[in-house]
Amino acid sequence: MHNQYNTITKMKTETLSTEPLPAGEEANVTRWNEYRGRYLDWCIVGFCIMGAAIVGITVLAIANITMTELADPAHLLKVAASSEVIGSILLTFGAGASAVILLILFGTPLAYVLARARPSRLKGAVESIVDIPLILPHTVAGLLVYLLFMRRGWLGAPLSEIGLAFEDALPGTIIAMLFVASPFYVNSMREGFEKVPVHLENVARTLGAGTFTAFWTVTLPLSLRHMYSGAILAWGRAIGEFAGVIMIAYYPFIISTLIYYSFTTDGIHTSRSIAFTVILVSFGVFYLLRRMTRYLGRYDDRV
Amino acid sequence: MAIIEAHGIRKSYGSLLALHDVDLAVEEGEILALIGPSGSGKSTLLRVLDLIEPANEGELSIFGIDVVAERGRWLDLRRRMGMLFQRPIVFNASVYDNVAMGLRYRRASGDEIDRRVNEALEAVGLSRYTRSRATDLSGGEQQRVALSRVLVTDPEVLFLDEPTANLDPTSTATIEEIVMRLNREAGMTVLISTHDLAQGQRLAHRVGVMIEGTIAQTGPSSDVFRAPKDRRIARFVGVQNIIPGRVVSRTEGLTTVEAGGRQILSATPPPADKVEIVIRGEDVSLHRREPMHEEAENLFPAMLTRIEPAAPFVNVTVHCGCDLVALVTARRADALGLREGVGVWISLQAKAVHLIPLTGH
Repeated sequence: MHNQYNTITKMKTETLSTEPLPAGEEANVTRWNEYRGRYLDWCIVGFCIMGAAIVGITVLAIANITMTELADPAHLLKVAASSEVIGSILLTFGAGASAVILLILFGTPLAYVLARARPSRLKGAVESIVDIPLILPHTVAGLLVYLLFMRRGWLGAPLSEIGLAFEDALPGTIIAMLFVASPFYVNSMREGFEKVPVHLENVARTLGAGTFTAFWTVTLPLSLRHMYSGAILAWGRAIGEFAGVIMIAYYPFIISTLIYYSFTTDGIHTSRSIAFTVILVSFGVFYLLRRMTRYLGRYDDRV
Repeated sequence: MAIIEAHGIRKSYGSLLALHDVDLAVEEGEILALIGPSGSGKSTLLRVLDLIEPANEGELSIFGIDVVAERGRWLDLRRRMGMLFQRPIVFNASVYDNVAMGLRYRRASGDEIDRRVNEALEAVGLSRYTRSRATDLSGGEQQRVALSRVLVTDPEVLFLDEPTANLDPTSTATIEEIVMRLNREAGMTVLISTHDLAQGQRLAHRVGVMIEGTIAQTGPSSDVFRAPKDRRIARFVGVQNIIPGRVVSRTEGLTTVEAGGRQILSATPPPADKVEIVIRGEDVSLHRREPMHEEAENLFPAMLTRIEPAAPFVNVTVHCGCDLVALVTARRADALGLREGVGVWISLQAKAVHLIPLTGH
């Protein structure tokens, strides 16, 4: 009995010690052969190395801030939970959303007209004007908005008379965000409208739809995906704005202003924690928004 | 009464002139076919007449209403007409929703929509697909969905823009049959554009030939096909023989024309001194020996120079002073033992010889 048991354990140890080794070696050899046999495209390898430099900077930057912040979670939690930071994040996101809603309201008709207009000098001029905020330095854009909407500005003066003040007020933040984000929304929406063939509208019109009904029931539903991605793009641009906003509305603090302010007054420690909080929140929000696109306009039916 | 009357219609897209000097009257209850090569302006004209696009110039009255003056009534007028396009266009929704579109635009009640959509789908034989997704259907079925989507709104005038250009013969026959029945039973006025000559002849009471942006000739299809007004129309309606000639004399209702040393009799009064002789290939009869009792006014020997198959017919070229192409069934070509180099007799009725004035080459 004892003997038998011994032999069994002996056999076991034998199998354990002898068999896996050759098998593992064999596997290693075949894998090596696989690699050796595969053709390496040096062009793609080169591109990957160059691309890694770009991705690497972002990854390193985020890893860097994450490591330092997670080293002192108590401080991070204190900053993140402060009403100042939470209020500022909500304000920034809210102002951005307001700007986007205004853009959807006024930019969509503009995008439709631009998409359907025949090429002409006027159309070219309007398209260039739409793109102006895109090519200007943000400080210049901010200054333009400030000069127009300040208390003595062309639009600011009459509007402040009816009680709508822009200087250091929420409307100022929104209008500056609207200005810098508008090209992103209008251009994306225009692209979407251009992709809806005119004869689809013609079908609707021959069936008895007026111009607006054809737009509302055919063209717009088929462009929802572009509207959505244009809105996200514009929103992202709006909440990231700093230079454009501070010119007209230093107060109330949007998140960029708050980080800059604490960077110059409290120093690096606090501003870094605020920045890290913003990174987490932004990632979360944009991840959710991107996921939602999956369910939107999936049954896209351009004929 | 003319339901559509157009005068001097002109339409251009930038520097491209799509339509010019279009005069057209469409009678109530008729089927008018617009035939013409691609790019001749057929679709543009239909869009102008259906009030989808305004013309740049010209007078247009529809249902007796001057539409140029009354832009505000276009939507109402458009709702009394319907149009089917060349490509089967259905929206990515159920067949039911597709067909209901026109009624929803007219704010019909739910019960009425239900009743009429089911009727319309029955009429095109698609009842079993009511709940299917329209984009899942075949091209022919999609076009039938599109047709019932138009018909459900009960249009007084139906525009068909090359409706069967992309369809197989069976679907084409189905759609033609529905259109013919609507015209016969409901008295619907139909304007159909097509580059299929046979379809034009099959369906239409009257044919209009469009060439380079204008209507070159209108009339019963037999007129247009046998007596085209000029060379371009003759070419488009498939005339094989267009031969320049000179008018020699005119006696007892017959015109004698000389072409290539051969004198040919025609029943057409001479339109000019220099003419072109227009003869359809199927009007030229071939015989192996001189026929004894031939009624035709023109009868002469010829030499067969070329023979080429054009299923189910054979194009036979003979030389008799001038070259003539005759269209013979393949079976008859076999029976006559036709081959290159044999001598034949050809006979040709004076009525089948049409004359048009010679235009500059």
